Amino acid sequence: MIKKRVFIQNTWFSIFKIAVLINGAALAVILFFIVSRGWRAISWEFLTQAPRDSMTAGGILPCIVGTVSLCLVTILVALPIGVASAIYLNEYATQGKLVRVIRLGINNLAGVPSIVFGLFGLAFFCIVLKMGVSVAAGGLTLGLMTLPVIIGASEEALKSVPNTYREASLAMGATKWQTIRKVVLPVAFPGIITGSILGISRAAGETAPIMYTGAVFFTPDLPTSIMDEVMALPYHIYVLATAGTHIEATRHLQYGTALVLIVLVLGMNLAAIILRSKMRKKLRI
Amino acid sequence: MKRQHIDKGVRSGFLLIALFSITALSLIMIFLFIEGLPIFDHVSIKEFIFGKYWYPTDDPADFGILALILGSVSVTFLSGIMAIPLGIMTAIYLAEIAPPTVAEIVKPIVELMASMPSVVIGFFGMVVVAPFIQKLFNIPVGLNMFNASLMLAFMAVPTICSISEDAVFSVPTALKEASFALGATHFETIVKIIIPASLSGICTAVILGLSRAVGETMVVLMAAGGAAMIPGSIFDPVRPLPASIAAEMAEAPFRSEHYHALFAIGIVLFLFTLIFNLIADFLSHKFRQVGEASL
Amino acid sequence: MNKRKNIFISIIFLLTISSTVFSGELVIKGSTTVLPIAQKAAEAYMAENPDVKISLSGGGSGNGIKAIIDGTADIGNASRFIKQKEVSMAGTKDVYPVPFRIALDAIVPVVNGKNSVNNLTIAQLKDIYLGKIKDWKQIGGTPGKIVVISRDSSSGTFGVWKELVMKDERVIPSALTVPSNGGIVQAVTTTPGAIGYVGLGYLTGGIKAVKVDGVEGSEQNTLNGSFPISRGLFMFTKGWPQGETMDFISFILSRKGQDLVKEAGSIPLF
Repeated sequence: MIKKRVFIQNTWFSIFKIAVLINGAALAVILFFIVSRGWRAISWEFLTQAPRDSMTAGGILPCIVGTVSLCLVTILVALPIGVASAIYLNEYATQGKLVRVIRLGINNLAGVPSIVFGLFGLAFFCIVLKMGVSVAAGGLTLGLMTLPVIIGASEEALKSVPNTYREASLAMGATKWQTIRKVVLPVAFPGIITGSILGISRAAGETAPIMYTGAVFFTPDLPTSIMDEVMALPYHIYVLATAGTHIEATRHLQYGTALVLIVLVLGMNLAAIILRSKMRKKLRI
Repeated sequence: MKRQHIDKGVRSGFLLIALFSITALSLIMIFLFIEGLPIFDHVSIKEFIFGKYWYPTDDPADFGILALILGSVSVTFLSGIMAIPLGIMTAIYLAEIAPPTVAEIVKPIVELMASMPSVVIGFFGMVVVAPFIQKLFNIPVGLNMFNASLMLAFMAVPTICSISEDAVFSVPTALKEASFALGATHFETIVKIIIPASLSGICTAVILGLSRAVGETMVVLMAAGGAAMIPGSIFDPVRPLPASIAAEMAEAPFRSEHYHALFAIGIVLFLFTLIFNLIADFLSHKFRQVGEASL
Repeated sequence: MNKRKNIFISIIFLLTISSTVFSGELVIKGSTTVLPIAQKAAEAYMAENPDVKISLSGGGSGNGIKAIIDGTADIGNASRFIKQKEVSMAGTKDVYPVPFRIALDAIVPVVNGKNSVNNLTIAQLKDIYLGKIKDWKQIGGTPGKIVVISRDSSSGTFGVWKELVMKDERVIPSALTVPSNGGIVQAVTTTPGAIGYVGLGYLTGGIKAVKVDGVEGSEQNTLNGSFPISRGLFMFTKGWPQGETMDFISFILSRKGQDLVKEAGSIPLF
């Protein structure tokens, strides 16, 4: 009898393992294709030049700069608001209806589809606030999208600060605000930064929110103000693959741009993970 | 005294900022409704939701989104069939079965899947998977519901997996030990004790994963085929709600009928994901206390 | 914390006011058929006028005309003429759209390179896109399902196709839609049973052009009027163009510009 039950267990566990392998295989396949078909396009020229010849040659520098600019605006918007919201929720708020409503708002904001953010960004930032298609509008839209991620990460970071620190500070006569400013935040800082980097890496890879608010098909000059429209890495992949003038001829460039984007996103993730483990070690002392 | 005043002021300041999320969410809802409701001056709600024909630029135009809704539902459903087992099994494996060294490898793999940009996944679906399934299944074209569902499943699995894993991980050890003490195998413990105990968390995970699939734009824009038809087979091209919005938004003149219709689609999409998220929220709050062995 | 915030705010402020110090800026949006022409012209123009910044977008003729009406672009590319509905909408916003025909073009039905069909009548094309003819064997090809590929509603190419081929009847909902001429080329190249339609500038190796009513889609047949699906390519401006906009349009209408039109694959006016 026991043999049968153990047999059932082993069969099912093998199925579980196969499931895990399927996931790994899927990831491996995608990475394999992108890397193997994309690395040939990578060159110094690719990374530092603007596209030319109807984008069949040249590079993607304006896209890289555009994505970086958008990320900068995103973080300028989402970080202060996100950290401040997390501080309120974790340090000041008492369990009650108001907190429940705020949390509901954050959770639902996290679930809004990216194209709906794009619609809102278009209607509100581009048209009502008259920003037009610009880094500002695109960055603000992305900032809204990233906000829940940063709030979540900041809250985690704040929660992990031991209460004894706070109590010690208050016991020495500091006000709550001084405690937060001088004791809690510095300790939570690494976690906040890690979470923010992860949030920004998501924003860097998003296309739908910037399609109508910040990105355009072709503008080879680099942006000089935040009211300029820009090219962006994810949008570039999309237009080259669907709306470009020479789709087959630029295929290697599409793979190359995808590779650059993945490297950027993974690089940020990796940086966040390394930072997190380094700072964890530091705090363990 | 002054410091106390500053402290109170600071507290109010933070509260104001914290309300920002709710403000933003409300603004989004308000704008969606302001720009979307005017379409119902031209078509009734029933015609809009149940109309079979989407020809928004014709004269006279047809604004029926039934085909689009069914496209979204079918793609999400199909991707769920693939993603839910994969996600939950991976979660259970990570939380219960995997040796720590293996877990250290699998966890980053799942995180990597989660951070893959959606446009890259859509690109992959369009350029690699489409010709592949075209040959494999001998179908006319590879840009269809099946392709989109595959790619959406790839995106939903990490969400389902990580939230389920948290749920399974937080089942009290006391319960597991009690089950072992009674002679159950590990697998029997998982099936009869752990899964029921973490069921609300797993349900939350599934719902959030599906919600992500419903709202995903780039994948369905590039890999689903773009045909505004009611699908008859899984190899039919479809045009889910987000794809229609993304494809047509730039063309609709500001505050034209088409513009309002697209915002109305946005309302429908927003309501879908809102309902999903509210259900997930409800589930995770209601069943929180289940499963603790109290002594 | 406060000090850092202040620095950030100052940087943003500086960046914003620096936007007032531009010299020439041109925003062009619209048709993917005109896009190759516009891109070549933009590159050549920016090479001759280095302080002018041109930003180019596709999206379809509908996008281009809408951008002119909404004031979000200086030039709207269109591969069809403006519709009455659009003229009325422009009127309600006190916008006077001015057309410039910058090239000629033909819309050629295309099939996969391996397809044996060479010639189709307008009636047959219409029935295919209506879904009445479903199999290639019905029109003389090897048996197989016809995969109908069309364009999004924003496309001017689609607009002309609808008018001249469909005679304003609707394309069947099960037709796949792609967002650009390039997309049609891609889809038809990879799908053996596919049929689509593209502008002259997009006839490349992997696809095969089909004759319409026995007439081949070529520059000659467009100019002498024998090819039934011909059209002009337009650039619309908001009111009479001035300054940079006028210079750019004049550039396209110059010998140099028209040579670029030919390079891009369309038909120059002269």
